Amino acid sequence: MSSAAEATGTDFVVFAVPIILLPLLTAAVLLFFGKRLSVLGAEGRGHGDVPGYLATAAMAGSFLAAVLLFLRLLGVEAPDVAGEHANERAVTVHLFDWISVGGFSAGVDLLVDQLSAVMALVVTGVGTLITLYSVGYMQGDPRYERFFAYLTLFAAAMLLLVMADNILLLYVGWEGVGLCSYLLIGFWFEKPAAHNAAKKAFIVNRIGDFSFLLGIFLLAVTVGTLTVGDVNLAAQGGAVTAGTATIAALLLFGGATGKSAQIPLYVWLPDAMEGPTPASALIHAATMVTAGVYVVARFSPVFEASGGGAALTVVAWIGALTALLAAVLACFQYDIKRVLAYSTISQIGYMFLANGLGAYSAGIFHLTTHAFFKALMFMGAGSVMHALAGEADMRKMGGLRKVLPITGMTFAAGWLAISGIVPFAGFFSKDAILAVAWGEGEYLLWFLGVGTALITAFYMSRLYFRVFEGELVHPEGSHPHEAPGTMAVPLMVLAGLSVVGGAINLPGVLTLEHFLEPAVGGFEVPGGIAAWLLATLALGTAFGGIALARYVYLTPQGADLRRRLRPGSWLDRVITAGRNRFYVDEVYGDLVVSPGKDLALFAAFRIDAKVIDGVVNGTGTVMAWFADGFRRAQTGYVRSYALIFLFGVVVFLSFLALRVIGGVA
Amino acid sequence: MSAVAPEFYLALAGFLFTVGVVGVLVRRNAIVIFMFVELMLNAVNLTFVTFARVRGQIDGQVLVFFVLVVAAAEVVVGLAIIVAIFRRRASANVDGVSLLRW
Repeated sequence: MSSAAEATGTDFVVFAVPIILLPLLTAAVLLFFGKRLSVLGAEGRGHGDVPGYLATAAMAGSFLAAVLLFLRLLGVEAPDVAGEHANERAVTVHLFDWISVGGFSAGVDLLVDQLSAVMALVVTGVGTLITLYSVGYMQGDPRYERFFAYLTLFAAAMLLLVMADNILLLYVGWEGVGLCSYLLIGFWFEKPAAHNAAKKAFIVNRIGDFSFLLGIFLLAVTVGTLTVGDVNLAAQGGAVTAGTATIAALLLFGGATGKSAQIPLYVWLPDAMEGPTPASALIHAATMVTAGVYVVARFSPVFEASGGGAALTVVAWIGALTALLAAVLACFQYDIKRVLAYSTISQIGYMFLANGLGAYSAGIFHLTTHAFFKALMFMGAGSVMHALAGEADMRKMGGLRKVLPITGMTFAAGWLAISGIVPFAGFFSKDAILAVAWGEGEYLLWFLGVGTALITAFYMSRLYFRVFEGELVHPEGSHPHEAPGTMAVPLMVLAGLSVVGGAINLPGVLTLEHFLEPAVGGFEVPGGIAAWLLATLALGTAFGGIALARYVYLTPQGADLRRRLRPGSWLDRVITAGRNRFYVDEVYGDLVVSPGKDLALFAAFRIDAKVIDGVVNGTGTVMAWFADGFRRAQTGYVRSYALIFLFGVVVFLSFLALRVIGGVA
Repeated sequence: MSAVAPEFYLALAGFLFTVGVVGVLVRRNAIVIFMFVELMLNAVNLTFVTFARVRGQIDGQVLVFFVLVVAAAEVVVGLAIIVAIFRRRASANVDGVSLLRW
């Protein structure tokens, strides 16, 4: 870090610390005094809104601090350019020493640079809206205040993750995010499905975390310190060999596949739908799943130091394949939240594709726009479920835009954004990634991306058409009604952002890419006629997907076509397989879970019961056996003891006497 | 008049001690065993006194007083135990008192 950064570091504390501390303190207050707070203004409703509004206020305060931090960062001029890669807007805020052992030390330091500022803005901004939405959505839940405690703790952990200046501190946030996702997915733990989903999420994440931890250890051993700057400098300066960098990068990426739900560890995210909808929105949009994308971008020099770009190639291919697989799976789901879950996996795949191509700012750009429209659609889905008494099966819905105009209109904005229709936000960010793929000459990856875009447009249109268009259908006995104001306002704000959010990286106007460049580097896209062609092609693909979905789900011919689907035909078999998630969970069950359980059973009932207990019990048995022999000496007759005593004395005295005589002689 | 040679005292003490040992080993009545124990203690006292005399030092004689005191204390405790056992079992046979045996 430059000396100027050190000098300005102190006043950054004022902005940086409250960002994390506000949600954290609120979580603590709600955990310890939540019940008392929720009694305020309850008026016979079971609980009042106080915890919800307190959490919203804390998140809003955190967002305000993030905005101020961002503006403060913009105000930093470039006083000295020490080297080619000098980042004049990277400031380390040292709070206190955490670990100091021998030559190794890790401090509680916050890193404020372009990347962490953008991430903090996304997390707090979207997080505030989700918290506000939850005030209405969680109304009447018996554990109302606890939900907000978890929500704010989740945000605090994620903010710690994105702002930590050393990997150990980052890992604290990383695990905190995992813990909070467990708590939120299993929030309604009375339902077996919910606590199973929570366990699944936690265990699958632990697998990734183990890999991540190994990566941290490797970096710690190789580099000797764990601060972000030093690790990246070492990787850039060639202090880390290509082989070590490859292994470290892949281990870190292994952790990222867990948190960000990529192949092979994506299986937890669709099940995570068992949690309350705002929690899903938070997991999918602002926190948790973006952590992996952030980590890859943050440690991009390590990934780039990998021999032959192997690590980045892996990242790009995993991203592209995950995007495609998840998009295909999304086409077969009937649960609206599940469709959105697969869609998240797919979109995160795009972000990893961008990262793997070295276009980190494109990945972060897509992360940002995705946060807008995915949070919007999740909360829209929550609003639909709220209106239909908790129903999430899209076969039992239809034409809901007539009765839920606000939800329908805002959801349409999210739908067009993710489909990539100009000028919605998703168009710009997705087009940037595809253009980079083309520009890098990775035509196969580009093709996968375009194919995924087509499927994305199809399944999102399927969702939208089935739920909001056509004839009005809703479950018996439900009375569809528009959501209360606290739920509608976040929807409208996010819809607005989904419409215009792409502008933050509009070429020549406001460029996120240029802002991020000192932190993560820029990227090249084809210019001129090629750019227009690629954009037109992407747009055409999106329209194609929408038109196909419209034909199949909204026209009489399409309905006729679906009716004539013969059971047993190849298409039917594909659909059945897709509905069963291509049996991936079953394969994992057979290949990993069952052997794991068998190993545990073997360890418990063979190793532990026989070997370990055998040694302990065996010691006792041998002792008892000896004792059995020796106790026969205990006759209980005093005379026999006395005889033995006498015998001993005689032997002892004879020995002494012999020695005396021998000494004399 | 000539003094009795110390060897005779020692021989007498050895004889008394042996009688005590054999008595302890062969008799079953606790009171009798007790008496034989006293006999052994007094045999030892005799050797102490003899050696004190031979060496012309007082130490042996002093030690005898300690032995006498300990013996008295031992008699108090031992007889109390024996009386207690006798009250309970109407017998002072030591072989009968083996309840704590395995």
